[in-house]
Amino acid sequence: MSDKPVNHARAAEHFIEDTPHLQFHDERLWDMRQKRDAQMHILPEWQELREEASRIKEHTLSRLPEYLEQFETNARKNGIHVHWARDGAEHNRIVGEILKAHNARNLIKSKSMVTEECDMRPYLAKQGVTVTETDLGERIQQLDDQLPSHIVVPAVHKLTADVAKIFAKDYHTDPNIRDPHLLAEAQRQAARPVILHADAGMTGGNFVVAETGTFVVCTNEGNADLSATVPNLHIATIGIERLVPRMADMGVFIRLLSRSALGSPITQYTTHFRGPQKGGEMHVVLVDNGRSARLGMEDFWTSLKCIRCGACMNTCPVYRRSGGLSYGAVYSGPIGAIIDPTFNERKYSTLPYASTLNGSCTNVCPVKINIHEQLYKWRRVLVQHHEMPFVKREIMHMAGKLMGQPRMYRAAIKATEVSLSTMPRFVLYNWLNPWGKHRENPHPVKQTFNDWYRKNRKTAATPAAAPETKK
Amino acid sequence: MPCATFRPNRAEDEYPLMKIGLFIPCYIDAFYPDAGIATLELLEKLGQDVEYPLDQTCCGQPMGNSGCNSDAAAAEALFVRNFAKYDKIVMPSGSCTHHVRDNFDAIPQTDEVRHVRENTYELVEFLHDILKVDAFPWAEFNHTVGLHNSCGTLRALRTASMSELGEKPFSKPMDLLSKVKGIRFATPKRPDECCGFGGTFSVTEEAVSAKMGVDKVRDHHQAGAEYIVSADSSCIMHQQGCAERAGVPIRFIHIAQILNGASQ
Ligand code: SF4
Repeated sequence: MSDKPVNHARAAEHFIEDTPHLQFHDERLWDMRQKRDAQMHILPEWQELREEASRIKEHTLSRLPEYLEQFETNARKNGIHVHWARDGAEHNRIVGEILKAHNARNLIKSKSMVTEECDMRPYLAKQGVTVTETDLGERIQQLDDQLPSHIVVPAVHKLTADVAKIFAKDYHTDPNIRDPHLLAEAQRQAARPVILHADAGMTGGNFVVAETGTFVVCTNEGNADLSATVPNLHIATIGIERLVPRMADMGVFIRLLSRSALGSPITQYTTHFRGPQKGGEMHVVLVDNGRSARLGMEDFWTSLKCIRCGACMNTCPVYRRSGGLSYGAVYSGPIGAIIDPTFNERKYSTLPYASTLNGSCTNVCPVKINIHEQLYKWRRVLVQHHEMPFVKREIMHMAGKLMGQPRMYRAAIKATEVSLSTMPRFVLYNWLNPWGKHRENPHPVKQTFNDWYRKNRKTAATPAAAPETKK
Repeated sequence: MPCATFRPNRAEDEYPLMKIGLFIPCYIDAFYPDAGIATLELLEKLGQDVEYPLDQTCCGQPMGNSGCNSDAAAAEALFVRNFAKYDKIVMPSGSCTHHVRDNFDAIPQTDEVRHVRENTYELVEFLHDILKVDAFPWAEFNHTVGLHNSCGTLRALRTASMSELGEKPFSKPMDLLSKVKGIRFATPKRPDECCGFGGTFSVTEEAVSAKMGVDKVRDHHQAGAEYIVSADSSCIMHQQGCAERAGVPIRFIHIAQILNGASQ
């Protein structure tokens, strides 16, 4: 993997230039945010639910090894094979071996962000396994060879026409279809035979219940249920942070998940997997892939509470205007910006800066992750680890010095004013000044407040208590 | 105009008297001096004893927000030297108040530093919570305004209810503005959406920043606002730049100016 920092700003600029896509993207996600708000208003106990969900997750994370072992024991009793994968490579190897043992060449799968993390599809392709995504949005992204741009609605950055074009290429449908229902039907027709002839099915898992040794998958299309039950072999890939201690806890999370995600009271399908079907086999692969290390990060471990609802993305004004692909990572949006750097600090060093720190994400998060505060803290960490571009670092260094020396500062202000009123427009608005690319500069003024005060309130003015610091 | 003429005696009797240090953030000093002057005059009208230490520069926020926290140390130290002697420190800026109150930790946290951090107020909260001002008899503003709550005031200082939480609606700036004669309010569609300034974000992510700004000013304009009023001049500077470039006919004013009696 290249370590070159993702250029989010440039990708975002590109995204913004395409008005129809941008507008649809912004409005669609804002609509999801508003539907979420409506659901919240229906439940007077919303804030209590968030508090409870956060508490349960923090408790579980603080005793993660115990609960994981409890799950393993109980799952085995249920006839589930449990595997442990330290990282993506190990995960892929385990899955590959299970498939090989069953001589399985066709794998159907429902959406799972963890398999994206592990980059599983190319690995299995090399082994001669054909992987078919069954979630509509995920399938569109697979056919278009793109990462999901959103963790809940993976193809939300695409318009109907884009999908029609992709399907025309792969499914030989009419490229001019503009009715989403027809496109969904085309996908159904294409997917059904693949599903019926699959050798194995794979799902993710939204929640893993320790006390029962079971796991829960929430979808709206029912594709996970087809993937899991049509073939006899079911493999579920799940991050180790997805644990909850008790079945009773599900009452809290199920009430929050879909309301936060799409603004619907519950997902269409909420399936509890309790063991293999008759004559079948069920495997759970528990994936670490950096999670244990994250759990040890004092400022960032609570990001593991995430239930992947996507609410922080829907509300994020930057995400809505830059699109998920601009983050250049498996996880985009606010949650992506705080967890991606744990996978590759240099590559994702730009993402914590793709935020105004406005804090809306934190407010909508159903498990109360302090996302914007973690963004702020990441910036500190990245600077300490020298992951800020040299020029920007130097500018801040000089600005910091200047701000400590009032007389030099005053002189600099004068120079700025002079330049604002005298510099030719093309200098102000071009390479010197990204500010002016889409914005006018502030107007020059006759006098600063400081000047005004010296003239009008001079007697009351007092110098600083101590002499200014020498550099 | 000398300040004495602005001081009605009733205000002096009515509101608690404190020694106030006035902080005027760099961009107000340089680009929006009228907002600074209005803040000073308003506090004086309310009978307050206000001083503006001349050697002030910045609160350290730009460095802190970019992650270069150690570079904020000189600014923070100077800030404390300037303001430690006052009972309260007031500033017409939500984001600077947020920095001083919540993130001002590039320097050792001495008693002086703690005093400064605990006694720093953004103008609206100072008027609303400390002085508990109930009237601005001198203020009249015959225009329709859209209120822009900066994210600093909204989600950090909590001067208004936040739409994401579904809490009982409240708004300190609205409470104050409602006491101004003649004023009318426009309601934008996305009142809590960030305008995209974000400090250095406005430059490093200029495309997204400017797009957010244009969307913001259009939302207000379409809601019928003639003016966008805000407690943060940094948001105003950005929004004004976006509006002027995109040709959105809307004007900008700091809340201090309206409360101080500006008519336009
Ligand atoms: S961080 Fe919170 S809001 Fe964002 S996806 Fe995770 S749970 Fe949802």
